[in-house]
Amino acid sequence: MSAAPLGDSTQPFGRRTGSGQRLMGMGLRWAVLFTSAFTAQAAKIGDLTQTRWTEQAWRFVTLSDPVVRYACLGTLLLGISCGLLGSFLVVRRMALLGDALSHAVLPGVALGFLWNLEKDPLAIFIGALLAGLAGSATVSILTRTTRLKEDTALGMVLASFFGLGLCLMSMFQRLPTGNKSGIETFLFGQAAALGPGDIQVMGAVTLVVVGLLGLGYKEFLLVSFDPGFARVLALPTVWFERLLVMLLAFAVVSALQAVGVVLVSAMLIIPAATASLLTDRFHRMLVWSSCLGMISGLSGAFLSFLGTRLPTGPFMVLSASLLFALALLFSPRQGIVPRWYRQRSQRVRIERENTLKAIYQVLESDGFASETITVAALTARRRLALAAVEAEIRSLVAVEFATASGDRVALTPSGWQRACAIVRNHRLWELYLTHAAQIAPDHVHDDAEKIEHVLGEAMVRELERRLPRIDTDPHGRPIPSLPASMAGAHLGAGGAGDRPVGYGGRS
Amino acid sequence: MSLETGNPANVPPLEIHDLTVAYRNKPVLWGIDLVAPAGKLIGIVGPNGAGKSTLIKACMGLLPCSSGWVTAFGRPVTQSLKRVGYVPQRESVDWDFPVSVMDVVLMGRYGRIGLFKRPSPEDRRIARDCLEQVQMLPFADRQISNLSGGQQQRVFLARALAQESDLYFMDEPFTGVDAATESAIISLLQGLRSRGKTILVVHHDLPTARTYFDWLLLLNMRVVAFGPTEEVFTPELLQKTYGGRLTILSEVAEAVRGQGSLT
Repeated sequence: MSAAPLGDSTQPFGRRTGSGQRLMGMGLRWAVLFTSAFTAQAAKIGDLTQTRWTEQAWRFVTLSDPVVRYACLGTLLLGISCGLLGSFLVVRRMALLGDALSHAVLPGVALGFLWNLEKDPLAIFIGALLAGLAGSATVSILTRTTRLKEDTALGMVLASFFGLGLCLMSMFQRLPTGNKSGIETFLFGQAAALGPGDIQVMGAVTLVVVGLLGLGYKEFLLVSFDPGFARVLALPTVWFERLLVMLLAFAVVSALQAVGVVLVSAMLIIPAATASLLTDRFHRMLVWSSCLGMISGLSGAFLSFLGTRLPTGPFMVLSASLLFALALLFSPRQGIVPRWYRQRSQRVRIERENTLKAIYQVLESDGFASETITVAALTARRRLALAAVEAEIRSLVAVEFATASGDRVALTPSGWQRACAIVRNHRLWELYLTHAAQIAPDHVHDDAEKIEHVLGEAMVRELERRLPRIDTDPHGRPIPSLPASMAGAHLGAGGAGDRPVGYGGRS
Repeated sequence: MSLETGNPANVPPLEIHDLTVAYRNKPVLWGIDLVAPAGKLIGIVGPNGAGKSTLIKACMGLLPCSSGWVTAFGRPVTQSLKRVGYVPQRESVDWDFPVSVMDVVLMGRYGRIGLFKRPSPEDRRIARDCLEQVQMLPFADRQISNLSGGQQQRVFLARALAQESDLYFMDEPFTGVDAATESAIISLLQGLRSRGKTILVVHHDLPTARTYFDWLLLLNMRVVAFGPTEEVFTPELLQKTYGGRLTILSEVAEAVRGQGSLT
């Protein structure tokens, strides 16, 4: 399972347990994280195969265990608040702010612990909130008073606050007294460590976030889209901006324990990014984003619960990324697969229409004297290999545009109608180009080859309206009129052959 | 002039007194004085860097003024913003933002709807009406990224119309707009003017400025001339506006900036 590489990667660092400070001095931040979070559990992670994961899964699904209930509730709540605020970050192109804010809270978490050397949700919440707000204030002071750009300021604050937090935490872990269990859960998250106090804090935060965003939806939308215009409307833009950062800090801090400092920004960004692939309206994006956040949160909690003391954050982020990948592939409008399918079916349609047109042209070349044509004549007209033409004929027969018997092909009424329409589109467009755009008649054919397939009903009517006469194309060939009447005329000329219905079947 | 509200008929829609604006301590507008007459279509023209956009932004309080004051309808402009409409430059927003054309136009109503309230059916009716005026009603449900430049400009115009203001500031509403749209917009603006609105338009094309606007403000870091088009559209004044850089003025501006960064 995915736990195996995790276990492996902890091994090299496991030997360096005592040298945390030296590692930090070298700036190996990840090494430190893995050391502090996993050293104690490294052996247990390796035992994953021995834990009875079916039993654990059953414990999770039945919600019989209060630990599971708290974990589920907590991840659902954080999914909502992170999803909502992440949407704002994504549309405002401020994704880095979430990252900076989440790392900046670490010293606050450490100080919250120091408060009474216990895991007191409220003390940690307040400490983290203050640190986060101090971080965002530092960013805004740096950008206002220096020439530094915002991304530089964010990067600096992220790193320096996080570094301070790591220093504080490694110091506390050496304190002789106090219950230090659980401090490491703040790095990678442990949904199973959520208690009733945490749930109360998270519930209150989610309530505040949902309430304020619901109340001020239109103001937050305007301030995000066009702050200058918002100020001309005498909106207290600055206050809405501050409120948004405040809510963001709330959401980050409340999600800390379940997701962990390192990955909480991913829970802000990924569900929102997924939502933006699924819709192009902001209110729907908010709904999608919070639903995706809840799904990722819950499945992350579930997966991490299967093993023993697996961190929750990485699994949540993996679930969120998986959902993103699914949306990237299958989202109806922008998904890769639907787009590929649309292009492919368009290509098939164009080929089919080209074959219909070729059949029409062969029929036309002998003055519509016959109602069937030979495959050989069609092959010559299409300038394709015999096998390819036969495949195209089969495809036409499959959609009942043509019938084939022996080496002869005939159009059905619907096929005839479609063929007339396509030839008419082609010749109308050639006529329009030579007439309205004054392009030489020998230059218009290639363009019409493409346009004939995309001209819609309305466009054809427009062309008819704009052209003075629409009986002959620039090359002197007649333009077929509306299929029904043309077909009728033709039916009178020839006789019905082996076709079940004549060309004029549709009257 | 007094700041108190007097007889509305006599109070100018816009009065600027000794306005100086600086970017990063560098003055870009010097001692602007002007009183805009009511019910006029006023063009603001001048070379690049003349401070045209800066002037209208400072008028609406979007930029801090180093000195001077601006009143609209006899009151400080920040107190009469309800009567001020704004068409920002098209590039000022992210057109990939997930909102529809209708959503954007409704934003013009936000100032009147009030904080925390939802747009009423009446607001939606007005927004649709404004979209109709700029011939964009068929696009009401489109996402804004699917629009051409001219269509985006018309959406911004519709949003400003939805503000139902008496004084309009428009920042280059004709950039990226085809000729047909340009003439449609100008006749719309003339319609507004004939209903007694005052409209200030930042414009960069001199030949059309002459025919479009009743009054012209020739601007190049300071007011070169302000008056009826036929009076100020003269070769001498245009030469004064466009010809030759005001080297001393820009040098002094640089010096002021140097000093500002020392303090």
